[in-house]
Amino acid sequence: MLKIHNLHATVADKPILKGLSLTINAGEIHAIMGPNGAGKSTLGYTLAGRPGYEVTEGAAQLNGVDLLALAPHERAAAGLFLGFQYPVEIPGVSFLQFLREAANAQRLGRGEPTLSGGAFLKLAREKAALLQMDMEMLKRPVNVGFSGGEKKRAEMVQMGILDPALAILDETDSGLDIDALRICGEGINAIMRRPDKAVLLITHYQRLLDVVRPDFVHVLSGGRIVRSGGPELALELEEQGYEAVAA
Amino acid sequence: MNALALPTRHDEAYRYSDLDALAGVWPVAREVLRVPAGEAAARAIVISGEAAVARHLLVDLAPGATCDLSLLNLAERFGRIAVEVRLDAGARFTLGAAQIGGGEATLEIVTEVTHAAPDAVSRQTLRSVLAGAATGSYLGKVVVARGANGTDAAQSVRAMLLSRGATANAKPELEIEADDVKCAHGCAVGELDAGALFYLASRGLPPASAKRLMLQAFLAEAFAGAAEEEALSGKALERLEALL
Repeated sequence: MLKIHNLHATVADKPILKGLSLTINAGEIHAIMGPNGAGKSTLGYTLAGRPGYEVTEGAAQLNGVDLLALAPHERAAAGLFLGFQYPVEIPGVSFLQFLREAANAQRLGRGEPTLSGGAFLKLAREKAALLQMDMEMLKRPVNVGFSGGEKKRAEMVQMGILDPALAILDETDSGLDIDALRICGEGINAIMRRPDKAVLLITHYQRLLDVVRPDFVHVLSGGRIVRSGGPELALELEEQGYEAVAA
Repeated sequence: MNALALPTRHDEAYRYSDLDALAGVWPVAREVLRVPAGEAAARAIVISGEAAVARHLLVDLAPGATCDLSLLNLAERFGRIAVEVRLDAGARFTLGAAQIGGGEATLEIVTEVTHAAPDAVSRQTLRSVLAGAATGSYLGKVVVARGANGTDAAQSVRAMLLSRGATANAKPELEIEADDVKCAHGCAVGELDAGALFYLASRGLPPASAKRLMLQAFLAEAFAGAAEEEALSGKALERLEALL
């Protein structure tokens, strides 16, 4: 599903990713862990096409499509979803209005029929319920006045509505209390654990991985993947720290 | 000053004007809106199209009168709306104004709001969206006369520049000769937040749609609660879509 080969990327001319390669197959959940500054968030932003994240070498394909040749909204239509570590507040723009436009823009981009207002609302209600989020909150401006936990649940509601093939979730667990962590984790399982989908979790902690069990765990350090293994690698990291495991 | 003489750059209120275009519509007739004591009035002025347009409105509010004024300046070459307001005791004036321009348009809204007696309230909200090489100016003077205690005046002025070639001028001005007054003004010129645009794009919204959504929200602040809110927002949106 996702094939990243020898990816190099710079931010403000500073090299951050230095030859990262990673393959994720459909039906798999991968976790990337690593120390602060290793390039974890940069990987997510680079794949999603954030302006200022320059690819200087390498390739990234999603289901055979060259991601790096696409504009950010086209990458979304191609099936990529980025869950933000810090979801952005946008005053005055309603969640539901923007999500409906976004969902339909994606469908148009793929040559699929658009959702009617009723069908969209039904879908939004279903996903909000899955994340135990009040529909009234989705009538409010995007993320404005949301707590840290509400923002992360709203990210998962968006993921549910947009129904991506691949979700890259950047520290979805940060800022969550125990209950919200479980709700988000179970939401990820319900929405994404399917044979035709895949997930890349970016996290610092084992606790999310207790709910969303990864098939593979990678250690990112210095802009490259320095070790890969099964779920036991996350436990090893938790016990021994990055320095010992990545060395 | 001779009211019929064409203004020059030296006239503060015409500092950023397009004097050639203004000459074609000079002199500008004064329109008068008098609101009797205790009564309420609402008015909207919309200017649009390729012809140069200048309007000049005098609003006179008797004690306890209220006026809600909406202005939408969409002129494609030159559009100027000047408003002079005089508030008597306890009167209330609310202005919601937006100007949207592209190309070489010169858009201006000039207000002078005089609190002539105690306890009057004025609220002015102005939003500009400027693309291409357009210039949008707001000159907003608030005068609080001697003895007009208990005055409560606020101005919120924001402009959004969509291109490097666009210009926004904002000049809020306060002239206060009374004690015990509350005058607030905020003024900001900026660009659309790049982080928010990327967030919307990452969900699949094409750039023009993302910008339109954010600008709609920005402009909505000008017409929130106005009698013709829906019609004004619709016209503003139509112009925005033509510019994006």
